[in-house]
Amino acid sequence: MLSSVRKLRAAGVVGINQRNRDYVMARNPRALYALVDDKVRTKQLAHDAGIAVPEMYGLVTTPHGAREFEQLLGEHTDFVIKPAHGSGGNGILVCVNRRRGLFIRADGTGIETGEVEHHIDNILGGAYSLGGQPDQAIIEYRVKFDPVFDPISYRGVPDIRVLVYRGVPAMAMLRLPTRASGGRANLHQGAVGVGIDMRNGTTTYAVRYDRRINEHPDFGSPLADRVIPGWDELLLLAARCQDLAPLGYLGVDVVLDQELGPLVLELNARPGLAIQIANGNGLGKVLGAIDALGPIPKDAAERVQLTAAVAAQD
Amino acid sequence: MRNAQALVLVALCIALGLGLMFAKVTRLGLPLVPDQVEQVASIEATVEFKAGNGAVVVSLDIPETSENYLRLDEYFVARDYGLNIETKKGDRRAEWSMRRARGMQRLYYRAELVKRTEAAETADALAAAPKWPTKPDYGEPLASAIEDLLSTVRAESANVFTFTSQVVVAINDPGSDANIKLVRGNIKPGSEEWVQRLVYVLAGARIPARMVRGLILTDVGASGLQLVPWLEVHNGDRWEGFDPVTGDKGFPEDFVRWSSSNAPLLTVENGRSAHVSFAVTHYSRAVANIARSRADANESWLTALMLHDLPVSTQNVYQVLLMIPIGALIVALMRTVVGIPTLGTFMPILIAIAFRETQLIWGIALFTAISAFGLMMRVYLERLRLLLVPRLCAVLVIVVILMLLISLLSEKFGLVRGFSIALFPVVILTMVIEHMSVVWEESGPMATLKEGLGSLFVAIIGYLVMTNQYLSYIMFEFPELLLVLLAMFILLGCYTGYRLTELVRFRDLAVKTDAVERT
Repeated sequence: MLSSVRKLRAAGVVGINQRNRDYVMARNPRALYALVDDKVRTKQLAHDAGIAVPEMYGLVTTPHGAREFEQLLGEHTDFVIKPAHGSGGNGILVCVNRRRGLFIRADGTGIETGEVEHHIDNILGGAYSLGGQPDQAIIEYRVKFDPVFDPISYRGVPDIRVLVYRGVPAMAMLRLPTRASGGRANLHQGAVGVGIDMRNGTTTYAVRYDRRINEHPDFGSPLADRVIPGWDELLLLAARCQDLAPLGYLGVDVVLDQELGPLVLELNARPGLAIQIANGNGLGKVLGAIDALGPIPKDAAERVQLTAAVAAQD
Repeated sequence: MRNAQALVLVALCIALGLGLMFAKVTRLGLPLVPDQVEQVASIEATVEFKAGNGAVVVSLDIPETSENYLRLDEYFVARDYGLNIETKKGDRRAEWSMRRARGMQRLYYRAELVKRTEAAETADALAAAPKWPTKPDYGEPLASAIEDLLSTVRAESANVFTFTSQVVVAINDPGSDANIKLVRGNIKPGSEEWVQRLVYVLAGARIPARMVRGLILTDVGASGLQLVPWLEVHNGDRWEGFDPVTGDKGFPEDFVRWSSSNAPLLTVENGRSAHVSFAVTHYSRAVANIARSRADANESWLTALMLHDLPVSTQNVYQVLLMIPIGALIVALMRTVVGIPTLGTFMPILIAIAFRETQLIWGIALFTAISAFGLMMRVYLERLRLLLVPRLCAVLVIVVILMLLISLLSEKFGLVRGFSIALFPVVILTMVIEHMSVVWEESGPMATLKEGLGSLFVAIIGYLVMTNQYLSYIMFEFPELLLVLLAMFILLGCYTGYRLTELVRFRDLAVKTDAVERT
């Protein structure tokens, strides 16, 4: 047991206790959590800063509003409803089309208006928010994700988690929904995490349920050596997010829209540690290298330059 | 920097907590192990007399304080007699009175004594110096004999105490000269008269002296326990005892001071052939118990930190309450060091407390059955699209109904003996179900199962630790250990090492470095 502790230390693996104390608590002022926990505020800030986010169609704050959500939709036939304070991709309803009074969900099944209203009621009642607090429901643009991930993604929206440390993109992974994860890009529900080479945006290793895999569990397609389009643009977007929420240890979730390019889906003040398994590399080494850089430039583009420098040290 | 501050705080808490505990153990003799017993000496003085006609007044000298023994309690047993206790100049007397008494009368006084942990200076011993006695007019030939004796001894002694010692030794010397013989007279060495004579002689050197009487508990002769006279001399600062026969300074180890005055031990008005006899019995009493009485009798400041003065019902609450931080320690260890997932932070402790009321096996059965059934109902209620809060309340009602059914069935079939249902577990179970269903929705059934089992596991460990007799005794007697617990929590808060479960989670990364080392 002690030897495995030593091996993990040598690999620079960060444990959850260390993440909480040395990174989250040390780098993320508590007062700023509200900026990222409330997706409405995040969206507003991002919009003001010119950072690309999915467009918000409307915000439901009262049960009465839930009855009239269709008015917020307007002409849109596809949309996403999600809680403003949700976590881990819970409580998200994706509607791809409207047909004969039914709302067609991502898996092809149709639900009635009443069921959508009930879902909104649940969101408002706090069923998906931290601590069961009353919440708001966001209705927004449904991302039409880039077909580049079609062969390796089971429905849902594959997203890219970029860990931005002190404003420098430090590590990234591609999260692919699987049949087991119910189309959600949530790793502990069975989604696949794929490590990404920070220098060129090529996928490297993959993990599922914390174990190394080589092929997508549903399609058997190889996961490594896929190139993520617009990688540099994506890194710049992630780095800029640090300016709108000055958190030193920040998780940025980005999706690739086939028309709009990379969009920031949400920010996370306590990004998890699975990213180091997906990359087969301890987070401690990378974060240590960024700490060793001393002062970090203010300009986001310059910070992205540092990413390649740090990654090259490995 | 933050760590250094935390470590100082930890050191302070531990030092204060253990320091107070150490003081309680050493000063009050509070044992670290429950059910330890110590010997208590129960001394009984029996007064017997034949009552005459008319009002009877019995006055008995009773002990005040003693150097080596602490009086925990005392009892007066005398039917139909009125009792009055008088304290005068460090001497206490019990005065029993009755208007009419007839025939043989028997009165009892009993004192419960326990050895002091350290010899105490009694208030009397430190009292202001008595007046110097005037030199008695001995009359010839005694006067010159005493003068001779005292001047010889004075040449060989340094202070009052050595002088006294020398005088006693000189007078006791059997092959002594005519002067000494004259001073001794025909008095039996060691008797009360003998001590009175010593006091008389010492007055010739203007040394304040007095006779004290006490019991030597280990010295129970054929005639039972007897009061032993002892010589006490004041040197201007304090009283000091002397063996009236050997002249040795101090009191025997088992000496219980009974009276410090020359007043008669017993006086009886309107009674004949009165006498007092002593008996001692030893019995065992829980040391913790004695320590508490000792703390009270000593008026030690440590009593402020002892819980036995609280009302019993409050004490019972604290018996449980003081164990909760211990349970919290288990949760903290399990979560931050082992990495077992639990429902909420304190839910396992609450479940463990609920187990106290239902017993462990029944608790586990109840927990599993009711939470499984409750969760099923919760899923059904979800289909009805109920609003959050009423849905929660509906789950609560279902839990109460389930509990009621179990109680009624077990009563009807006599299945369960001693199955007690209490308010607390109902609330806890409802909260568990709600928590579980939230986890179910957020992270799926696997996570729910994991967290549910994790909570149950931590709750069982917590229950076993929290109901541990020894720990519960230690926490109740030494509540200052809460500070030590606080220190442990601060330390745990500084822990940034891996959790045990992470060793498994990240094992692929460990293997990789292993391969690197080999190449």
